[in-house]
Amino acid sequence: MPSQTLYDKLWASHVVREEAGGNALIYIDRHLVHEVTSPQAFEGLDLAHRTPWRIDTVVATADHNTPTRDWDQGIRDPISRQQVETLDANIRRFGARAYFPFRDERQGIVHVIGPEQGATLPGMTVVCGDSHTSTHGAFGALAFGIGTSEVEHVLATQCLNLKRAKRMLVRVDGALGHGVTAKDVALAIIGHIGTAGGTGHAIEFAGSAIRGLSMEGRMTLCNMAIEAGARAGMVAPDDTTFAYLKGRPFAPSGAQWDAAVAFWRTLASDADAVFDRVVELRAEDIAPQVTWGTSPEMVDTVDGRVPDPAAIADPVRRGSLERALAYMGLAPNTPITEIAIDKVFIGSCTNSRIEDLRAAAAVVKGRTKAASVKLAMVVPGSGPVKRQAEAEGLDAIFRAAGFEWREPGCSMCLAMNDDRLEPGERCASTSNRNFEGRQGAGGRTHLVSPAMAAAAGIAGRFVDVRRGVPDASAA
Amino acid sequence: MRKFTVLDGLVAPLDRANVDTDAIIPKQFLKSIKRSGFGPNLFDEWRYLDHGEPGMDNAARPLAPDFVLNQPRYRGAEILLARENFGCGSSREHAPWALEDFGFRALIAPSYADIFHGNCFKNGLLPVVLPAAVVDTLFAETLATPGYRLTVDLAAQTVVTPSGARHAFEVDPFRKHNLLEGLDEIGLTLRHADAIRAFEAKHRAAQPWLFTTGSAA
Repeated sequence: MPSQTLYDKLWASHVVREEAGGNALIYIDRHLVHEVTSPQAFEGLDLAHRTPWRIDTVVATADHNTPTRDWDQGIRDPISRQQVETLDANIRRFGARAYFPFRDERQGIVHVIGPEQGATLPGMTVVCGDSHTSTHGAFGALAFGIGTSEVEHVLATQCLNLKRAKRMLVRVDGALGHGVTAKDVALAIIGHIGTAGGTGHAIEFAGSAIRGLSMEGRMTLCNMAIEAGARAGMVAPDDTTFAYLKGRPFAPSGAQWDAAVAFWRTLASDADAVFDRVVELRAEDIAPQVTWGTSPEMVDTVDGRVPDPAAIADPVRRGSLERALAYMGLAPNTPITEIAIDKVFIGSCTNSRIEDLRAAAAVVKGRTKAASVKLAMVVPGSGPVKRQAEAEGLDAIFRAAGFEWREPGCSMCLAMNDDRLEPGERCASTSNRNFEGRQGAGGRTHLVSPAMAAAAGIAGRFVDVRRGVPDASAA
Repeated sequence: MRKFTVLDGLVAPLDRANVDTDAIIPKQFLKSIKRSGFGPNLFDEWRYLDHGEPGMDNAARPLAPDFVLNQPRYRGAEILLARENFGCGSSREHAPWALEDFGFRALIAPSYADIFHGNCFKNGLLPVVLPAAVVDTLFAETLATPGYRLTVDLAAQTVVTPSGARHAFEVDPFRKHNLLEGLDEIGLTLRHADAIRAFEAKHRAAQPWLFTTGSAA
């Protein structure tokens, strides 16, 4: 057999039927469902008098619209409430392998709860009507976001007609420095290849720095593959993966666990496998990252400066830079560490897991939020993450520092609930997109790691976490 | 699905790179549980001077006069000319739904984000890819020529300009066929139900842990 990449192996093991032009009908093992992108799919199924092919592959939750406080009062926005209740009704009617509705103790962001429950396994194909489905590639799964028509297609047929992607290897070797996280690696890669750099590709992340990441770090990295344009990102499973999965509710157990692990160990790119594109970074060269613009590729290291459009020759690029700086309210050449912030958001499918909250709490501990910061909010990724953090006393650390401790959900990553930026407000955010209006119309988002967001909340401006965190009063 | 064969349409130029799906249709409109009615909120934050929310009377809202789709010369446009990486960001199919509901039938750009690109084909909206230099020329001609139209022929895979210049484009043969015929893709896949069942049997034998059912609670 010719040598294969991890992607090739995942693809080949799910081909139902080869189609013309290099397409194939690909079988889907896990279908994650949330309230925003599914109602029209269930309706379409109904209108065509079709029934789900294999409903026991569905794991569903409500996350985008759910409020992050006053849960006893329900969902106040009637349109949001209708969308969540529509999901409730669809699951009641069609069924699911598992459903974690609003206020369930296991409810949370769909990309946090899948892995947390062991519902994402190596070797699977995983889809969801959500672009950050790439997150699940951290387990050595082929995981990618789909549109609502494809949600309906998977519900009805358990398959998708797909075009085979090109294969990209992103290799990061070396040791990450103190204060440098998976989020910084992700942003550094996007800064290097651009937000369209991975278009048409599936990215495999490899190298000693990637091997050294925890599962949560790998999830953060694969989560951001879509921000590099790649529908899927993945890391080959290893002992770190198996240790994470063992004993989780939906993971296999007993003899089946042993058989699964034996199979999962085959899920690695062959030593002589060929990639269409290879990108290499040195871990030692990666510093904490801060985005300054309106696209994740508009990023620099914390010791950098806002770029100067006057230095750009290409008129299209110069124009987009000028527009981004005008939107962000930033002057050219401003040092990143002189950018003052109004709000802090720690959360999202990128950075809301327990290690993220620990990293933020370690920075915040014994300090106080800068008076100039109007709101610093911590939104855990799921009910289990929230309870774990509370058991460790992290909530008390955040509260003592003046940070708000909220209920789980997508929250201010995309501001479909009540959590949002007001026009002109500037936010240090651990989320994944700094697009215009993403966190609220007119809001200005800077993407950073949890430690960097926490530090900005203390100092009132961006600071280099590698050099310690000054209090705002001493700054 | 609506067929796409040949379109002779007015062109509107949107001269920005990396237009994301949050810009195409902001999140507050994603709360709808319907597939239709998104057109009035296409590019909402750029198109109106006030902040839009679901349920507003959009006809009464103040328009941003400089935004390209508000200019009278582009009224009725069916082809959107755009820059690279159009449709990046989220998987929301509300983006092509909004473009289609507004009246667009085809897009022309040097590149698209993958998920958006696939979503367009499911909604009778043809995303044509042309080289950046050709797109540059089309931008210049559109801006210089009021009433500028292009003919997009999917069967022939060409875009023809008023001066007769023909630009060939590539398109996936499966998607092309479905769009030309207006086919229901789910129906097509269900024709292979036996193959899906045969695959499932093989897959279950190889990875039985993927087929466990019942409560894990």
